[in-house]
Amino acid sequence: MAQAEAAAGPAGGPPGGPMVTADGVPLKTSLRRAERRRKITALLLVVPLLAFILLTFIIPILEMLWRSVDNPALVRYLPNSIEVLQEWDGEQLPPEEVFAAMVEDLRVGQESRTIGQVAVRLNYEMSGARSLFTRSARSAEDFEPPYRDALIDANPRWGEVTTWRLIKREGRPLTASYYLSAFDLTYDDHGSVVRQDENLRIYGQLFLRTLVLSLAITLLTLLLGFPIAYLLATLPLRYSNLLMILVLLPFWTSLLVRTTAWIVLLQQQGVINSLLVGIGLIGDDGRLQMVHNWVGTIIAMTHILLPFMVLPLYSVMKTIPPSYLRAARSLGANPLVAFVRVYLPQTVPGIGAGAILVFIISIGYYITPALVGGQSGQLISNLIAFHMQNSLNWGLAAALGSILLAGVLVLYWLYNRIVGVDNMKLG
Amino acid sequence: MALPPYASPLERTWYYSYRILCGLIFFFLIAPILVIIPLSFNAQPYFTYTREMLTLNPEGYSLRWYRDFFGSTAWISSIRNSLIIALASTFLATVLGTLAALGLSRSHMPFRGLIMGLLISPMIVPLIISAAGMFFFYSSIGLAQTFLGVILAHAALGTPFVVITVTATLVGFDHSLTRAAASLGAPPQTTFFKVVLPLITPGVISGALFAFITSFDEIVIVLFVAGVEQRTIPREMWSGIREQISPTILAVATVLVAISIALLTTLELLRRRNERMRGIRPS
Repeated sequence: MAQAEAAAGPAGGPPGGPMVTADGVPLKTSLRRAERRRKITALLLVVPLLAFILLTFIIPILEMLWRSVDNPALVRYLPNSIEVLQEWDGEQLPPEEVFAAMVEDLRVGQESRTIGQVAVRLNYEMSGARSLFTRSARSAEDFEPPYRDALIDANPRWGEVTTWRLIKREGRPLTASYYLSAFDLTYDDHGSVVRQDENLRIYGQLFLRTLVLSLAITLLTLLLGFPIAYLLATLPLRYSNLLMILVLLPFWTSLLVRTTAWIVLLQQQGVINSLLVGIGLIGDDGRLQMVHNWVGTIIAMTHILLPFMVLPLYSVMKTIPPSYLRAARSLGANPLVAFVRVYLPQTVPGIGAGAILVFIISIGYYITPALVGGQSGQLISNLIAFHMQNSLNWGLAAALGSILLAGVLVLYWLYNRIVGVDNMKLG
Repeated sequence: MALPPYASPLERTWYYSYRILCGLIFFFLIAPILVIIPLSFNAQPYFTYTREMLTLNPEGYSLRWYRDFFGSTAWISSIRNSLIIALASTFLATVLGTLAALGLSRSHMPFRGLIMGLLISPMIVPLIISAAGMFFFYSSIGLAQTFLGVILAHAALGTPFVVITVTATLVGFDHSLTRAAASLGAPPQTTFFKVVLPLITPGVISGALFAFITSFDEIVIVLFVAGVEQRTIPREMWSGIREQISPTILAVATVLVAISIALLTTLELLRRRNERMRGIRPS
């Protein structure tokens, strides 16, 4: 077809025919090719970073999320018992063949030292499961048939229907139990989902505390940030640039330096308490407890996150012409009415952007609460770290993490709707 | 918004109380950082001002915590580790981020929103979640407790800043300049190095500074992914605060404040240069 057109006319084709380039390719095709080439160059420029982020960041996170439902221990290390338990209806104690299969699994597990993983996994669901499995496995070699009596003799918990129901329930490759724990839910004896006992409900309370403290911090940064952002936006540039340094210097100062500073200021032998004692406002024995509790978390985090509120507010306020306020005044509004009805509505995008930014950062905060929070100032991140490093219940850490991540992503979507990633300003 | 001469007494009161309020908020912002600087020269192992310090008696001041800092092998090796990790991850983040920003700012980028979202994600995801994910994954492929692991992790955290700052610089970029260069016979790489790069350099450098400070100040990933061999300055401070709080930390903090002042100044100068080069006058 290209040949036909090229033959039709040397310079651009006959009037009314398709336009061609100098080498005879129709203009449309040529343009499409050029566009495709540019698309490919653009993609080639982005691909290295995309591959890098996928490998070093996205895949690790997806793998961690997978851990919140992954449940390999029982399927892998109690294969015989799990298989015969499928037939069992869960009403009465299982038949002898199940016990025999369990003894077989325990022997293999003792030999290959894998029974510990089963024991640890089930201990999350039922206290005492760890010793039940490790001890029975140790003596599994000596058990004689009938295995039912042998196992129940070794530990009476083998004679409880609930033990077997638990093994059957967790003998699946995927589990919901980490998420249930994260929402303070649990299974009752019959396997239906119920709320956790009153004194074991810790995660709901912690999520709630994280939300309340983050809201308080967001509100405080708004209350403190709004006046100074307004001042910075209305002062002449040579003054506001100087004052801006006071906002930017903390922003650029190491997080640990700022946290250290607040510990130094707030602790009982610290600067503020000594000052208060020095001027006689409180006695030497009445030093205030302001750090290692939630008060410390709120004060330090408000200070650390204040620049994140001031900067978006400032950039929005900077675009509001001062003449609007003057117009309102000249039309007879008193200063307060003019401010509330004319100025304030125009700052809403800045308030929204700043508030969501501060809120997103604070619900995932770890370092400052860990250092100044004490017991009552811990947030959900600190519990995730605890399960990662101390209790080693990684499935639960992953479940808590994925709930937090879901919350942050929803908020970020909102932030993107209000501000747009492209308009994000740094420093 | 100077006070007009005809202001009523009420307006006058409001004006001055508003100014005082702002002064107090600025004080709240800056005082904690300033308070620790003199304390780092304390001659006593206290975290509060001693009587000698308040009376400006020279005996109350000393450099002992700075000697402690620069004389301790743990701190010195943490400075070295921090610099190695921050410089390497900044280099990686800057190169990859600049290339991606160049691609993203072309008009023909397919799936732009999705790609941007993925590239920005290290900035959005709470650090504790990133750290947990990297801990599992890097352990399973043998990168945990190695310099390479920490450098890769920090580079991932730093790239969003480079992408954002360089993309922002490219928004005001005049594409007829590259066309002019091409029409004058410059091959694409010459155009890039002689025309594009000099113009976007301020954006690249400020992105690199962000990436540097992100790595230099990062602690959560280091807590999970790094081993004893890779202890950085923030990691040393973390254990200093948790285990044996001594005023050496304040000396370190003062040095870090000095570094951040230097970085802030560099950024401000770059911003001015960028505005000058693009013909934007300060209003």
